Amino acid sequence: MNTTEQHPADTPRPAPGGRPNTPAALDIRNLRMRLPHTARPVLDGVDLTVGAGETVALVGESGSGKTLTSRTVLRLLPAGTTTEGTVHVAGDDVLTMNARQLRHLRTRTAAMIFQDPRAAINPLRRIGDFLTESVRLNKIMTPAAAQARAGELLEAVGLTTEVPRRYPGQLSGGMLQRVMIAAALMGDPTLLLADEPTTALDVTTQAEVVALLGDLRARFGTGLLFVTHDLGLAAAISDRVYVMYAGRIAETGPAASVFARPRHPYTKALLDSTPGLDAPPGRLVAIDGQPPDLRREPTGCPFAPRCAHATELCTTETPRSMPARGEPAHTAACHHSDRLEGTPGDA
Amino acid sequence: MNFVRFAVRRLLEMAATLLGASFVVFGAMYLAPGNPASFLLGGRSASPAALAAIDRQYHLNDPFIEQYARWLGNILHGDFGRSIEYRTDVSHLLSSRLPTTLLLVGMALVVVVLLGLALGWAGAVRGGATDSAILVGTTFAIGTPAFVAAILLQGFLAVELGWFPSSGSGSGDGIAAMLWHLTLPAIALALYLVGMLARVTRSAMLEQLTSEHVAVARSRGIPERHVISRHVFRNALGAVLTTAGLIVSSLLVCTVLVETAFSVGGVGQLLELSSTTKDFPVVQAISLIIVALFMTVNLIIDLLLPVVDPRITLGTRATG
Amino acid sequence: MTMTLVRRPGLARLRATDRGPLYLASAGFVGLVVAVALLAPWIAPHDPNTVELGNALAAPSGDHLLGVDAAGRDTLSRLVVGARTSLLGPLGVVVFSTLAGGAVGVVAGWRGGWLDSLLSRTTELTLAFPGLLLAILFTSVYGEGLLAPVVALSIAYLPYVARLARSLVLAERERPYVAAYRVQGHSGTDVCLRHVVPNIAPVVLAQCTVNFGYALIDLAGLSFLGLGVPALTPDWGRMVFDGKSAIQSGYPLSAIVPCLVIILTVVAFNVVGEHWADKVAGRNR
Repeated sequence: MNTTEQHPADTPRPAPGGRPNTPAALDIRNLRMRLPHTARPVLDGVDLTVGAGETVALVGESGSGKTLTSRTVLRLLPAGTTTEGTVHVAGDDVLTMNARQLRHLRTRTAAMIFQDPRAAINPLRRIGDFLTESVRLNKIMTPAAAQARAGELLEAVGLTTEVPRRYPGQLSGGMLQRVMIAAALMGDPTLLLADEPTTALDVTTQAEVVALLGDLRARFGTGLLFVTHDLGLAAAISDRVYVMYAGRIAETGPAASVFARPRHPYTKALLDSTPGLDAPPGRLVAIDGQPPDLRREPTGCPFAPRCAHATELCTTETPRSMPARGEPAHTAACHHSDRLEGTPGDA
Repeated sequence: MNFVRFAVRRLLEMAATLLGASFVVFGAMYLAPGNPASFLLGGRSASPAALAAIDRQYHLNDPFIEQYARWLGNILHGDFGRSIEYRTDVSHLLSSRLPTTLLLVGMALVVVVLLGLALGWAGAVRGGATDSAILVGTTFAIGTPAFVAAILLQGFLAVELGWFPSSGSGSGDGIAAMLWHLTLPAIALALYLVGMLARVTRSAMLEQLTSEHVAVARSRGIPERHVISRHVFRNALGAVLTTAGLIVSSLLVCTVLVETAFSVGGVGQLLELSSTTKDFPVVQAISLIIVALFMTVNLIIDLLLPVVDPRITLGTRATG
Repeated sequence: MTMTLVRRPGLARLRATDRGPLYLASAGFVGLVVAVALLAPWIAPHDPNTVELGNALAAPSGDHLLGVDAAGRDTLSRLVVGARTSLLGPLGVVVFSTLAGGAVGVVAGWRGGWLDSLLSRTTELTLAFPGLLLAILFTSVYGEGLLAPVVALSIAYLPYVARLARSLVLAERERPYVAAYRVQGHSGTDVCLRHVVPNIAPVVLAQCTVNFGYALIDLAGLSFLGLGVPALTPDWGRMVFDGKSAIQSGYPLSAIVPCLVIILTVVAFNVVGEHWADKVAGRNR
């Protein structure tokens, strides 16, 4: 069934920043996805890797495809979706797994932390049941072992041992998100996916949860894909960043480099539209226009209609990802990367 | 303690409602045209002496409120008065017929719960052609009155095909004979409620199937059958449970139709006989018992709901 | 969590009722039954009460398309004329319970206050009395006639309509346009009657169509017990009552025909009512 071992071409490359000789926690290559009734693919040739133990942020507006990308990793796809490309998690291709392998992936290899913990946790079951049900029902641990591990993890996320007896309605949103994180760590996964894990929380709780995620990632050696629309958060937590626009990776590179010297006009526009404490006032600029319509087949660069730097070339030819000079890890899919302000190209 | 206080409050509320119900049941007699004595005689001819005896027996010359208080006091002591038609205690009439009716209702309840939940489950989980078939089937089940179901079952399965006895309860021939005789009546009694419960279950489960926590459970590798039983069905139970009072009262009331159709000698048939012969004390007693049972079931559900759904703090459910 | 019962249980939670063929067939059948009831005296082939004893329990023939009952009366004619009584009773129940229940619900929802608390108190009491039981209680007091059961069922159905109307008014009252009219100086009563009531009317009327089916079931059940409708009046429930002893002797037709008509009529009204309710719900969303 699993053909990945026999085809060296399919073997995932080691991720930049990853430990040598271990497969990347996540390796997505040329992922294309179509939904029924859309003209253009919702994901169009996405390449993305998360090294073992690495933290990677995936940034973009809503509708850019970032949530779909993260959900694809657990094969949580809407009905009628067609996919091309490969999605390897710890060396195994998710898209070709059978039901048993998929269950193994979801319990032991990869786990997701969802946006709204209040909606994500069954309100009628006790927290303890929620934490242990996956490992218990798949016979990975005995009930006693599962309970013990749940206790350890609850302590690790800063909750007390009486929490398992409670119902979700008796905990705050922040506490529930900690429960969610503990639950995700139950199967000791190689990869954690966090889909806007702080959006539903208030600001102080957000900071706590982000700090906690960083801590735990280091402690358990888990790879983390952090999906967010919040650039500040992405900069704070991640080693590397992917910026997504209209189902494509617009720009990627080390977090520091991407935020300091954006090489894609979209990244720059995003940065300009983000209020930062250190940014001079008055520079906040909204991005004009709308993301491209899913019902129309686009030509050229999808950002061209909203781009100040767009030329004839941009509307006819789709830009390929090109590395920055002297910085091979920092790539952008733009014809005019070098024209961007603050990107002298001699870094 | 919170629970005890809530239980006591609900009990008091139920007592108040029951008091209102008993007032309706008792007062209805005084809405009848003519004087109560001749109404109680129900058109039977009687000498002036007999009329006077009725007056005395029912204290009809006392003020209304005194009569009501005496009647209510007697009922609280288990005395439902005397049947005019049978010239015997109503409680005696009832106790000899109650076992048959309870067995019938119990059988129907088993059918309703098993079949209703199973069909609702299948419709929600399987979808497609199964679901459409169940939808059409339940549409007809809901549109079929119990007595119509009884007549059709009797006409085809009992008389035409001879598979089941066409009348009687089989009491006196042992429990097996009773179960055998009551099979068709129980199905007739259950049909409408099977359709109703299947639909309630189906839509409650469909609502859960689209919820985020179910998607999350799947994303955590929980096997599908557990997702359905532990999350979808479990969370649909609250909605299902709120229909229990209606199910029980509907079963009890419809025994009047089904027992009449199949000539089953239970409480339902007694209600039919006594209402056509205007044996009012019997009608009063049966009405009150049905109302009281309905309220008791609803009370139990109110106390049970917070157990099934911890989000419901005691007493926040509106009745119904 | 507060639960509001917006429809009578049964069809209550079903949103995706069948569309298309079933709805069209149902609407057609409702139209047919109503037309037959209106035109009954002209289309009934025989006098429904003419007794031909020699012909009792005859099978269908050219003269008696659906056969003859145990008393020698033409089944088709009784069916056609019986449509009048069988539909008139439920109509009375629906009209009365809708007008009274709607009025109580609107005032209770719009005004609140003592009427609202009275409604919630009496609702609990009325909910405890199933419609059929209240109707049996009333008819055993009043004796023969359609009025007592119709009044009883109207009272039994009233709280369902009132609660629906009340919850709709409560939702409507919160909508911005109401505040806008009030700010412009329109009186509360004026806004309520000219805007709120017309806005909630479609939902209430869709519910009434479903209630019609329930009332038909309850009234037919009462006739089946020999209560309510006078003995000689042609009525579907009464026909089943009259035909039930013939079933035992192997002549089921005179009882089964009205049975099938009752099922089809109730199903048709339910499907049409649910379809309207869905349409109205879809429009409001």
